Amino acid sequence: MDLTPGEIMVAQAALQIRDGERVFVGMRLPLIAFVVAKRTHAPNAVGLFELGIVRDQPAPELLYTMGDPPNVTGATWCARTLDLMGLLQRGEVEAGFIGGAEVDRHGNVNTTAIGADRAHPAVQLPGSGGGADIASLAGRLIVIMAHDRKRLRERVDFVTSPGDHASVLITTLGVFRFVDGDAVLVSYHPTSSLEGVRANTGWDLRVSNDVHVTEAPSPEMLRIIRGYDHDGFWTRRGE
Amino acid sequence: MERFVGDGSRIALGCALEPAIPFAFAHELIRQRRRDLELIGPISDIAFDQLIGAGCVARITAAWVGNVSAGLAHAYRRAMEQGVPRRIEVRDHSNFSIAQSLLAGAIGAPYIPTRTLLHSDIARANPTFREETDPFSGERVLLVPAITPDVTVLAVQRADADGNAHLWGPWGVSQEAALAAKAVIVVTDELVPRAVIASDPNRTIAPAWKVVAVVEEPGACHPSPLQGRYGRDHEFFHQYHRATRTVDGFDQWIAEWVTGVPDRRAYLAKLGDRWPALRLEGAPAAEARF
Repeated sequence: MDLTPGEIMVAQAALQIRDGERVFVGMRLPLIAFVVAKRTHAPNAVGLFELGIVRDQPAPELLYTMGDPPNVTGATWCARTLDLMGLLQRGEVEAGFIGGAEVDRHGNVNTTAIGADRAHPAVQLPGSGGGADIASLAGRLIVIMAHDRKRLRERVDFVTSPGDHASVLITTLGVFRFVDGDAVLVSYHPTSSLEGVRANTGWDLRVSNDVHVTEAPSPEMLRIIRGYDHDGFWTRRGE
Repeated sequence: MERFVGDGSRIALGCALEPAIPFAFAHELIRQRRRDLELIGPISDIAFDQLIGAGCVARITAAWVGNVSAGLAHAYRRAMEQGVPRRIEVRDHSNFSIAQSLLAGAIGAPYIPTRTLLHSDIARANPTFREETDPFSGERVLLVPAITPDVTVLAVQRADADGNAHLWGPWGVSQEAALAAKAVIVVTDELVPRAVIASDPNRTIAPAWKVVAVVEEPGACHPSPLQGRYGRDHEFFHQYHRATRTVDGFDQWIAEWVTGVPDRRAYLAKLGDRWPALRLEGAPAAEARF
């Protein structure tokens, strides 16, 4: 089976979770990244889900939303959104993952609306959910999204989730680190190229001196990803 | 509902986020043609979208309106982008800010000071927020004002006839929304004797005096899940997304699944085999002796 961008992104996201950290996991690819991290280098990581779930073991089966009953089975705490967000505001959560429709070079993410006038948007997006809170209050923000010139923009129309704590941007084409608040490309995926990243990025691309091909997932990581997302629902569909 | 929810009511629902969304109640609002509602909630999955598309809504006070399975929700987009079927006002929140607004309402405080959203455009876009200097630390804080819904609708696994309700699984903002509301309507999967509730009072979400009505309505949350009772019908969310791309498609969907069925029992019967397939056995909690 060929490696997919989704699988590379999950492995890269997993590497952002350090052992013992408390992490706002979110859904989709980061959820699988949490599973991978727990079973490899971060066995003591703890996952927080904003609807009020804390678990120190991944859910026993693949989730489609964080509210699926299997995400409660085996949880160590079922609580209120307020409890988890309060702990986030206290500074007790080291990292959080969010996705979005648009991101700018400073890691500001828009999930609210496309267009200059909030009251009359060209495209109405769903909104923050907990994303703006995670971005505002988590120690490190990891942004994950599809890479496209219209999505990686010099400026976003609306800053839903501020990039103050942006640490890493993982896209379908590459990985950026934020250096002094500015995105620097550190690697492009084996399924992509440096020129591919440049052509699809809406700002004047900054490239790290040691830019390289993104490390492919280890065989163990790949086995975990394909075992958990066994039908490829999250990692093998087209983005 | 006829007694407790009028046109223009401010209604909180979907307060547990993805699970336990009282779709049966939302559909009854559509059947009774309620108008000019304000919907309050963190995320609503597709319940808010259905009410918006059916023309019931004047204002949304929420952190997220969409379809968790598919992302964007078509009726919300049409209302905001084209004013179809009508223009609606949005007060943007995050999950934390709406939780804190409901907390303020729940404890009788005028507002809660917070450090979230300070650098988010939400802080400017929502006209009810104010940024101030904390008089103690001198740091900037955002003041999020109390929200006190006219009615909070909670879907729960079990309740007694007085409205003492047990909800298990994540609570989201359910407790703050219930305590902040002028009235609570409980939609319960099962009506149980008072002794069942009193055997485990830590699981009760709010005092019965908040509750003005208890409705026994099995399966009220489909297609959202209810912990230990039934799972989430993911495909139903995808089908709704595909069916409601156009106004005509939306109207047909509502005619088929809402106005075309008299009540929840008929809706569940219409689901056929897919409804029993979603049933969950769950596992019992360890006994706690009181």
